[in-house]
Amino acid sequence: MDVLWETDVALTVREVSARLTQRNLAHTTVMTVLDRLAKKGFAKRQRDGRAWRYCPAATRETYVAELMLTALDQTGDRTAALTRFAQSVSGIEAEVLRDALEMIEGNGGGDEGTG
Amino acid sequence: MKGLADAALLAAVAMGSVLGASALVQARWPRRSPATAILLWQALGLAGGLAAVGTLVGMGLPGGNVGVVRSVVHLGTLFRIGTWLRFGTVASAAYGKFGSMSVVLAAFRLTCLAAGLALFASLCWVLIAASAAALQARRRQRALLALLAHGDPKVPGALVVDYPSAAAYCLPGRRSGIVVVSVGTLQLLGRRELAAVLAHEQAHLRERHDLVLLPFTALRRAFPRSAMCAEAHRAVALLVEMLADDRAVRGRPARELVSALVRFGMAGSCPTPAGALPAAEGEMAARVVRLLHPVRPLPAATVAAICLAAALLVATPVALLLV
Repeated sequence: MDVLWETDVALTVREVSARLTQRNLAHTTVMTVLDRLAKKGFAKRQRDGRAWRYCPAATRETYVAELMLTALDQTGDRTAALTRFAQSVSGIEAEVLRDALEMIEGNGGGDEGTG
Repeated sequence: MKGLADAALLAAVAMGSVLGASALVQARWPRRSPATAILLWQALGLAGGLAAVGTLVGMGLPGGNVGVVRSVVHLGTLFRIGTWLRFGTVASAAYGKFGSMSVVLAAFRLTCLAAGLALFASLCWVLIAASAAALQARRRQRALLALLAHGDPKVPGALVVDYPSAAAYCLPGRRSGIVVVSVGTLQLLGRRELAAVLAHEQAHLRERHDLVLLPFTALRRAFPRSAMCAEAHRAVALLVEMLADDRAVRGRPARELVSALVRFGMAGSCPTPAGALPAAEGEMAARVVRLLHPVRPLPAATVAAICLAAALLVATPVALLLV
């Protein structure tokens, strides 16, 4: 999929294989993977002679945004599919947190791993 | 008459559950023993739902000198309702004014019965629908993660997504859950803070907190206007986070988790867009304060008493419905 995202043009299976030189994958493996991507809707394909040409259905950023929006529960429908670590805060609560951070750092604690 | 007494007792249980829930929202002790409080929430929800259904069905059944479920299951019931309705019609024809009252009564009972069964069906349905929605969302997340995520030595066992803001969450699953963090998180937090975050998320996965939350999410979706359902969902969600916090600070200083929480909260990473629900007021502060100033858990005897009360609460409607 990364190969498809890297170019602007639609690629054939053979072209994708050629760009995956370091992986040394069989032609049929690449074909199967691309076929699956197309079936799942992540890649679009069109006929070009006897071969299929594949291109991404959406940009990488679009998918990252989708992933994170649903994960951070900001799409409005709460699915309970995901449990997130923390949410951002504002106003008075932010001040409470700032005080808390100062307190733990003032205690000579801090976090040695930071940075 | 026993049937009426049963229905009255069920109604009392239903009312009691609602009152208990509103008391539990206000109570201070749940943050001392989140697991016990979650158990009590589950008992209140289950007992309230069963009792509400039982009350309606109990009022709807004629005679009603046997347990509600037995009389529903009993094949004779339908026949009895039939004869009784026919009796009502005949009576109304025969006795004029008096008969019309019995027809009104029959209509009232039928309405109660229908409402009870509809409530039961809709409660089952929202649970199924919420589970299906959750499964579908997880499937989509897994498919996207397969395309986008990669590992990172800083967070062993977790997947990393190239997203600039701070985000960390877990994706529960039957076989294995996945912890996902964003690149922004890796930049924001130190090694030990990251370890604390991972421990927190893995506690969610290990103890299947998503299943704890699911019925409350379903209720909230079923009754979006109900303040009680929203409060219950929010309370249980916070308790689940506190439970995971407790697990995460086992064997590590609490300040590592606190500092991770604070940095996350202060990052202002995800401004709530219009239309989305704002983050519950004060929850992050409550978690941080609780970690910084640990409260004593409830004494064992109190926990036992609460568990017993929860068991009795559920046992009452179950017993009335089954016997």
